[in-house]
Amino acid sequence: MEFLRPATLPEALAVKAERPGAVPIAGGTDVMVELNFDHRRPEALLDLTGITELGEWSTTNGTIRLGAGVPYTRLIDELGKRLPGLAMAARTVGSPQIRNRGTVGGNLGAASPAGDTHPVLLATGATIEVASTRGSRMIAADDFYLGVKRNALEADELITAVHLPDAKAPQQFSKIGTRNAMVIAVCSFGLALHPERQRVGAAIGSAAPTPRRSRAAEDFLSGELADAGLWESPAPLRDSVCRRFGELVAEGTEPIDDVRGSAAYRRHALSVLARRTLTWAWQEYRAGERSCA
Amino acid sequence: MRVNLTVNGEQRQADDVWEGESLLYVLRERLGLPGSKNACEQGECGSCTVYLDAVPVCACLVAAGQAEGREVRTVEGLADGDRLDPVQQSFVDAGAVQCGFCTPGLVVAAHDLLARVPEPADEEIREALAGNLCRCTGYEKILDAVKLAATRGAGA
Ligand SMILES: Cc1cc2nc3c(=O)[nH]c(=O)nc-3n(C[C@H](O)[C@H](O)[C@H](O)COP(=O)(O)OP(=O)(O)OC[C@H]3O[C@@H](n4cnc5c(N)ncnc54)[C@H](O)[C@@H]3O)c2cc1C
Ligand code: FES
Ligand code: FES
Repeated sequence: MEFLRPATLPEALAVKAERPGAVPIAGGTDVMVELNFDHRRPEALLDLTGITELGEWSTTNGTIRLGAGVPYTRLIDELGKRLPGLAMAARTVGSPQIRNRGTVGGNLGAASPAGDTHPVLLATGATIEVASTRGSRMIAADDFYLGVKRNALEADELITAVHLPDAKAPQQFSKIGTRNAMVIAVCSFGLALHPERQRVGAAIGSAAPTPRRSRAAEDFLSGELADAGLWESPAPLRDSVCRRFGELVAEGTEPIDDVRGSAAYRRHALSVLARRTLTWAWQEYRAGERSCA
Repeated sequence: MRVNLTVNGEQRQADDVWEGESLLYVLRERLGLPGSKNACEQGECGSCTVYLDAVPVCACLVAAGQAEGREVRTVEGLADGDRLDPVQQSFVDAGAVQCGFCTPGLVVAAHDLLARVPEPADEEIREALAGNLCRCTGYEKILDAVKLAATRGAGA
């Protein structure tokens, strides 16, 4: 095995092009577990922590470009207000020690159906920037997750950043686990309101082979809100609307029975999470609208 | 491979390091610093917690090569010679140490908390220590120890 420490992104991409078998390592919170338990013996480790650019974030025209290697703790501290949904998800990851090392890039690289950032990336309409010596390309979060622990990366590509809109309206993330900290999600749910497009983004985690959008629920709710003119004059949501939204989210799942929960539980829990997060987000939206008026 | 790093203020070198080896292994087996404990090797127990460039991390999840040129501070580095750090002393005084296996990791995590939040509320302590498991104490004494350390101005 070799340990490669590129100092710059072009250098890292050159290595990856030449040696597609080299495994990138950022925070190491997934990779090291596999190495410690001998589940993986890659030909080389490609350490990304020496590449300054991956650990930076910037904004342009209302979009935040979050470097793939920014640890969760910094994302929470520095971008908590601008990326509220992602910060909420980041706060539920592991423990302080894990959040000090773990990154969104690593969560995407691992592409576990249970990864906490995925429902938020889907609900907010994030785009994943990946690069290789052939150039860089943008992949919509929607097209990124291909299967259990499989993503759209080519063998010579690295994830460089995630682009997300600077939040203009409430976002929510909610996760079911067996205790308050240090748990992988039994199921999770991300919600984002997009008043400028009159759309709602909603996505599930840990309840299908990949994280995925809840499209039928999104369409239903977006339609209800637009038809009733609620974006402009946000009245309380009818209970029946919240319920139907929850039902549609549950219908869009494909959960399995496993040690952490049964399929039926996951489906039910997601309908509850969907209803609750919608209620919270909408209350916040109404409060925000009133205070602006 | 060879790894150069600063440990507890001292420039150290570890030789013949396997490329997939953890920082924890380097500290314990190559540099003779057994303070950080190895229990789970999967980030679950926190007993290997050390500062890496002033940020608390699980040493078992840091690849040795990632520590090249960086600064590590272990539980050994908190004491000033024979004089324990106030957090360490408070763990002893509050009876928060039974078998002691979890103690080094908890001390580092608590040390970091108090440096950031000198007078933490109970929930803040619980959240800060959520990545550290203890099989013996039931955690109450650990909470007491952190509060005691706070009254002694440990974070100052
Ligand atoms: C105790 C513990 C608790 C955890 N709890 C949670 C939790 O609650 N929620 C959750 O979602 N996850 C959890 N995890 C999993 C892990 O912390 C996250 O998936 C984290 O985001 C991984 O980030 P990392 O930087 O540490 O990734 P790494 O371990 O460095 O890498 C993970 C994968 O991504 C690849 N990779 C990393 N960076 C890039 C890049 N820039 N380009 C291409 N590929 C890349 C790696 O090759 C590897 O396949 C936990 C892990 C542990 C050990
Ligand atoms: S040994 Fe590192 S967290 Fe348990
Ligand atoms: S004192 Fe024994 S594990 Fe904590």
